Amino acid sequence: MIALFTSVLAITLRAGTSLIYATVGEIYTERSGILNLGLEGVMLMGAVLSFATAYYTGSAWLGVLVALLVGALLAAIHAFLTVTMRANQVVSGLSITLFGSGLASFLGQRLGPESNGYYLVGKVGPRFTPYVVPFLSDIPVVGALFKQDILTYLLYILIPLAWFYLYKTRNGLNLRAVGENPQTADAMGIDVIRVRYLYTILGGMLVSLGGAHLSLAYTPGWSENITGGRGWIVIALVIFAMWNPARAVLGAILFGGINAVQFRLQAAGTNIPSAFLNMLPYLATIGILIVMTWWETLSKRIGAPAALGTAYMREEK
Amino acid sequence: MTEEKRPILELRGITKRFPGVVANAGVDLALYPGEVLALLGENGAGKSTLMNILIGLYRQDEGEIYLRGEPVEIRSPRDSDALGIGMVHQNFMLVPTMTVAENVILGLQDLSFVPKMDEVVARINEISERYNLQVDPYASIWQLSVGEQQRVEILKLIYRGAEVLILDEPTAVLTPQESEELARVLQVMTSEGKSAIFITHKMDEVLSFSNWVQVLQHGKSIAVKKTAETNAQELARLMVGREVLFRLDKAPATPGDVLLEMRDVHALDDKGLPALRGISLQIRGGEILGIAGVAGNGQRQLSEAVTGLRTVTAGEVLINGQPMTNRSPLEIIQAGVSHIPADRVGVGAVGDMAVSDNLAMKGYRNAPMSRKGILYPPRILEFAKKMIASFQIATPTPKTHIKFLSGGNIQKAILAREIDACAGVLVAVYPSRGLDVGATEAVRKRLLKQRAQGSAVLLISEDLEELLTISDKVAVLFDGEVMGVLPSEEAQIATLGLMMAGSRLSQIV
Repeated sequence: MIALFTSVLAITLRAGTSLIYATVGEIYTERSGILNLGLEGVMLMGAVLSFATAYYTGSAWLGVLVALLVGALLAAIHAFLTVTMRANQVVSGLSITLFGSGLASFLGQRLGPESNGYYLVGKVGPRFTPYVVPFLSDIPVVGALFKQDILTYLLYILIPLAWFYLYKTRNGLNLRAVGENPQTADAMGIDVIRVRYLYTILGGMLVSLGGAHLSLAYTPGWSENITGGRGWIVIALVIFAMWNPARAVLGAILFGGINAVQFRLQAAGTNIPSAFLNMLPYLATIGILIVMTWWETLSKRIGAPAALGTAYMREEK
Repeated sequence: MTEEKRPILELRGITKRFPGVVANAGVDLALYPGEVLALLGENGAGKSTLMNILIGLYRQDEGEIYLRGEPVEIRSPRDSDALGIGMVHQNFMLVPTMTVAENVILGLQDLSFVPKMDEVVARINEISERYNLQVDPYASIWQLSVGEQQRVEILKLIYRGAEVLILDEPTAVLTPQESEELARVLQVMTSEGKSAIFITHKMDEVLSFSNWVQVLQHGKSIAVKKTAETNAQELARLMVGREVLFRLDKAPATPGDVLLEMRDVHALDDKGLPALRGISLQIRGGEILGIAGVAGNGQRQLSEAVTGLRTVTAGEVLINGQPMTNRSPLEIIQAGVSHIPADRVGVGAVGDMAVSDNLAMKGYRNAPMSRKGILYPPRILEFAKKMIASFQIATPTPKTHIKFLSGGNIQKAILAREIDACAGVLVAVYPSRGLDVGATEAVRKRLLKQRAQGSAVLLISEDLEELLTISDKVAVLFDGEVMGVLPSEEAQIATLGLMMAGSRLSQIV
């Protein structure tokens, strides 16, 4: 029983990794007051380009690098539109998603080798395989933490770091102020525009890395809609995490867990229709949103940065 | 003596234009070390704009700023911060979710990457001790009262080494006691050589706080006077450009039927705690009932319960004799109730809509402004022009977004809309708060006119003088209960003060 639990936990972590990267990334972006609904597009672009790079260069790490660049570029477009041009953040984000998903799908059919009709689908490239840490991985339950790939291991450093940076450092303080009250931040000498660009781009890089983890480690290779709507789930996870990077882990594990259990059930051949099982993570998303909203109303605690979604312009009365 | 000193801060020929308005036209200003300069002027005279230029939120189109005799460029608040110029804004520049200490160090340039909060807190405590600015460094801003938040603002500026402090109407949000404390804080600061620019409308403050007075009118500096050599009448005349009536002519009351009645009304506040606990009041037509009380004793909830914006948990509200408890705001409007809310730009007007649309916001449902649900823009414009003329609303065009108007003119627009639509009951909440002498006078005259026309006016105010001069009766609220109602000519400030502190009228008499 414990062995089964340990193995489910291990799969959960693997399934949750891409979600955690993307959630932490979006939390940082939203903390600056910018809502980026382009995650789904950014994740897909990160997934397809990191895989293509790894496939041709033979290096998964180069794939990661390209994913970071693509994420930064797409997020920079969003930042330009919403921070400089003060466009509607929802519209800009949605267009990034539409653009990113379409382009990723297109690239998946053009970047492949000639022998495969230029399709990337079905090709096998370098990947990050789980590295089992001796001894530590034999511990019941906790051992699940030590049978992971390198990108998951990196999370063990990233999450505490992301939390510490946001709550304990000068830069984190300034970032939170910009998302809560840009007028005040500006009056206190913080460069609101710079901060918003910086963390929108940083967030985009982490989101794209989440996409890369899918095509380089979790389900290696490229397939259409490889994210399966994870970009949308992340938006709910940010709310669930109440914009706290440490709490992002809880949400990601919850969803990763639902995924893992659903896979297990499908593999075991239950009578429940697979379409229903596939639906579970999205159903849970709706459920979580309802519960969180209800809980926030009840406890009078609003976790969202107060200025989320609003443009900032100084010379306005 | 002061003539021999060199000014610490000097402005020369500052000009700033906004679309359609010249906010400042060649303003000169001099501030001497260890002194307080009061900046006086009507709403829209350009005081706030001038100060925003000084701290780098706006950039002047023309003119120079000199600090200690040296010309300085102030491009952003970061520059003014570094030069030792700090401002306490009217709407505080604080992040509500953060602690006092976090707000104090926000955006500081020489802060270490991981701030040592215990050292920050120690310095905060040291400053609060020295300047008598008591505040808990670990408290979150949203937990603090307005007066405490202002203390945090001042403390923050001192912490950051400000030598020149700008206070934009600091006492508008304070109780009389808190204002006195602020005066003492200012004294300690000036005795240490710091200087301050003090923006206010209140004459007694100008006279007691400042060394110099400078008067702005329509963006121009029209007078600089030594405080000791001037008086309230002269300053008011300079400010408005004409003699101001400090006393209003009030005809004797001619009470008619009871138009608004509350019977044992109970309601909760936003946190779900009891805010109104059995309020029973009556207002007759042709009568103004003033509500006095320290802010936060149920005034807001009272006005909301009457206007349908807050659920009444027990008791009854009758309008014109009809039970209207917990009806929708629209039904209550249709029953003849007008509302001048405390929050002008949040509740009273839509900042991003034209003045004309804001004015039409009540009458648009009916002919002539609309027919069968279709709006007639020419009629709306016509109506707006009529209102702008008769209420003397200063706006570049009727199509200007209302947020670009000064506070006084926004209030005049709201007043115009509400009074035009008023059919019996007028609920006015802090109608003259933050307004200059001229606008205040206009507001009070309008309220008296409504009274003469037979309306029942519920006036909530924190200005006792206002309550006593224009209302017929004064009721005092304390902790959600009415401590007593008395005719205003019999009311004495001392009695009202006791009632505001929680004594019932029956216990005093």
